[in-house]
Amino acid sequence: MTTQTEKKFETVIGLEVHLQFKTRTKIFCGCANEFGNQPNTQTCPICLGLPGTLPVFNRTALEYAIKVALALNAKVSSTIKFDRKNYYYPDLPKGYQISQFDKPIARDGFIMIPTASSEKRIGIHRAHLEEDAGKIIHDSDIKASLVDYNRTGTPLMEIVTEPDLRSPQEAYDYLTTLKLILKYLDVSDCDMEKGSLRCDANISVREVGETILRTKTELKNMNSFKAVKIALEFEEARHRAVYLAGETITQETRLWNEIKQMTVTMRSKEQAHDYRYFPEPDLVPFIVSTEQIDEIRQTLPEFPEAKLNRLKNQYGLNDYDANVLVQEKAIANFFEDCCKIYQEPKKICNWLTGAIAAEINSRNNDIVQLKISPQNLTALIAKVENGVVSNLVAKDILTMMIDSGQSADIIIAEKGLAQVSDDSALEKVIDEILAANPGVVAQIKEGKDSAKGFLVGQAMKKTQGKANPKKLGEMITRRLLNA
Amino acid sequence: MSLNELTAHEILGLIKTKKTTPNDVYQSVISAVREKDSAVKAYVRTCENNADLATLKADAKFPIPTTNKDNICISGHETTCSSKILAGFKPPYDATVIKKLKETGALFVGNANMDEFAFGSSTENSAFGPSRNPWNLDCVPGGSSGGSAAAVASDQTIWALGSDTGGSIRQPASFCGVVGVKPTYGRVSRFGLIAFASSLDQIGPLTKDVTDAALLLNIISGYDPMDSTSINEPVPDYTKSLTGDVRGLKIGIPKEFFIEGLDPEVRQAVEAAIEVLKAKGAVFKTVSLPHSEYSVATYYIIATAEASSNLARYDGVRFGLREQAKTLRKAPIIDMFEETRDAGFGAESKRRIMLGTYSLSSGYYDAYYLRAQKVRTLIKNDFDAVFADCDAILTPTAPTTAFKIGEKTDDPLAMYLSDIYTISVNLAGIPAMSLPCGFSKAGLPIGLQIITKHFAEETMLRVAHTYEQATDWHKKVAKV
Repeated sequence: MTTQTEKKFETVIGLEVHLQFKTRTKIFCGCANEFGNQPNTQTCPICLGLPGTLPVFNRTALEYAIKVALALNAKVSSTIKFDRKNYYYPDLPKGYQISQFDKPIARDGFIMIPTASSEKRIGIHRAHLEEDAGKIIHDSDIKASLVDYNRTGTPLMEIVTEPDLRSPQEAYDYLTTLKLILKYLDVSDCDMEKGSLRCDANISVREVGETILRTKTELKNMNSFKAVKIALEFEEARHRAVYLAGETITQETRLWNEIKQMTVTMRSKEQAHDYRYFPEPDLVPFIVSTEQIDEIRQTLPEFPEAKLNRLKNQYGLNDYDANVLVQEKAIANFFEDCCKIYQEPKKICNWLTGAIAAEINSRNNDIVQLKISPQNLTALIAKVENGVVSNLVAKDILTMMIDSGQSADIIIAEKGLAQVSDDSALEKVIDEILAANPGVVAQIKEGKDSAKGFLVGQAMKKTQGKANPKKLGEMITRRLLNA
Repeated sequence: MSLNELTAHEILGLIKTKKTTPNDVYQSVISAVREKDSAVKAYVRTCENNADLATLKADAKFPIPTTNKDNICISGHETTCSSKILAGFKPPYDATVIKKLKETGALFVGNANMDEFAFGSSTENSAFGPSRNPWNLDCVPGGSSGGSAAAVASDQTIWALGSDTGGSIRQPASFCGVVGVKPTYGRVSRFGLIAFASSLDQIGPLTKDVTDAALLLNIISGYDPMDSTSINEPVPDYTKSLTGDVRGLKIGIPKEFFIEGLDPEVRQAVEAAIEVLKAKGAVFKTVSLPHSEYSVATYYIIATAEASSNLARYDGVRFGLREQAKTLRKAPIIDMFEETRDAGFGAESKRRIMLGTYSLSSGYYDAYYLRAQKVRTLIKNDFDAVFADCDAILTPTAPTTAFKIGEKTDDPLAMYLSDIYTISVNLAGIPAMSLPCGFSKAGLPIGLQIITKHFAEETMLRVAHTYEQATDWHKKVAKV
């Protein structure tokens, strides 16, 4: 007999990701599809669901959806069919959402996620197209709820996994991997803060060895991948505790409360909607040919996993460096553009993951918008390697290049930043330093070699960083030996 | 004969020869409305400000006074589907058919009464009260386009738009003794038509004769990128099909349509019409539409299912009526939805919303909606089989002539059966029309229905025109 405390539990998680497409216009009308505009300024009779209006399907949304389906290694449905999901809510103008029910555009796909030892296959159950709803703002000042319909009709793709995830960490890793793939496709901003990527989670806990799934709970309202992980950890612990107490889990939808760091009941299964799905009669089903799908397949980018391996093989980068580069497709592309001009992959990588990354962060920008070209960056790196400027000064030059968009040459010339390589000029500086610091000179002569660094520092200060510190060190040593 | 009593093609001839002007015709129609509509109640709203006349171009092709049904949007005009729930709703856009009509110089007279959201066969379900049949003011004009048909029949307009979901153009045309056409599904854009049942609805003309029907169909037909269900099929000049020649045309008479429940006077009139067309050279044969007995049941599942969803947007949030609850019951927003819909919808609308919601509900979907869709396919197959060997089908439009106001309001099923001959046409998506073929002893019009296959409106109009030329039913005028 096993006692309750000896029970070994296993967690089963499935995720639903909602992805907003960044198409120019909405999915069923010509309104702009943009985030952050004044409320109700990007609406029209169609997305407001005014009587008599009809939806017209945006073919770019179809192309994006097929791209996602192919990236998820899924089967693309040849029939594109929409259904109505009926429910009442003030942010849903028509009283139904146009969605896909029995013929999702994609099914039976998978993605590989990294694990500690190797990688794991996470099945994609289905992915379908639908329209986003509006947004309700509860205003406590005027004691009313306001609706903003700007978001209404934003193309949305819901990506549903199989219950293949076995821990909150795996869920987190799946989300990071998925997001990177989606960013490479360039179909969405994938920004959880702006709501362009949203995630709901289904979780159940069972004893190891059980084959059927136990009662699940659905978690909503997580605003970051980290929140998804913590909410799942909370829920996992709650399920275990309930089972250890000999009780049962109730099937329900729970909301993650970020402030209290806990999940709370939103609605029970009994309160669940009957969505009364039926085929959308305003949109006639149509066929996508294999030729069309193949055409879209040709436009798919190199995916992160493939790029990682190629960067390692082609440029001799280590796993860490290659991994950092592929996290941003634009950075990886910039890296390769630099390598075409200047064949020092490791040095370019160091600059990109160091100084450039810092500039991107401090400016809250991205590499494409940064005023620096692969030509300018590689020219600067070459100047460091040729001893024209010191590494330290080069970083200042980089900042100035990004500020002004000018090349390193112009900045060095204008600001007189070239290293002082004239020995006589340096000898004069050393004379002054040695004369000003007799005590330190004495210490060095007594054998305290480390004090020499102080003199080098002083000399650097005097030359405003324009001297080569290595050369200064050598010259000071020589002078003291000869003295 | 005063101008308002003429057909559009007669008026166009007079304008061309400078014998009259669009203004004279319009004024003649407006005075007819002032004189007669207190008795007929065809209109829920008239546009007496003559706005269209003021902007009328000299080269306008069809400067014809036109009556709109109250479920087709005209930009800036209140459009209510004869329902309280849409009170005050002024669409900021023109329906595609309205846009086309405006481009040809149409002069809008007003919006015609209808059964609320086109739910009905008598206009008795209008929030504004019933319209009257110009041939007998105690009788209904039919429905749901009863106001449009009554306006045409009482010469309170030259022609009118209607919409037909299960017979809503043809049955009132039959009851009022005018011509009514339901085009092929997808022939006319639905953009701007306030939906009842999206897979069945189609806008069509109600006119004084077949030539006018062909002319109005010319104007409103055609592919519309704003309506994904409209079909990109070239539009012929329908007036060219009015040749008067039906020699050798094969016309089917479905045996299932001439059974119990068919008024003997209606049967006689249709049989006489068959003789007229035979004399013109058409060949008749008995055919079978074996699944027609299921058409009413099938229709009321599919149409109400779609309607229950189409009418969900009337929730008081963005437009039309909004009612607040006096006391909090569930949640403020839910209470508002319920109060608004309870106050805004009439009894028949509520009945159909409930029917449709039920048949789509989890656990019932397969038994009702899905099964109805399968039967719909069988009904369509029946027609395909007949049209493999026939050019047209001829039937009565309705089993009876116009009934008395109030006669069927307590018996929804009896009311539903008045569309028994028209409904299957919508389920199959094919075109059909009604034209006058006689009068009952009580002096009420009888309608003849001609059905053809998809996009065979030309054949349909040709048969109708040939019959019309051989008879003078269409020349009879209701004295109001």
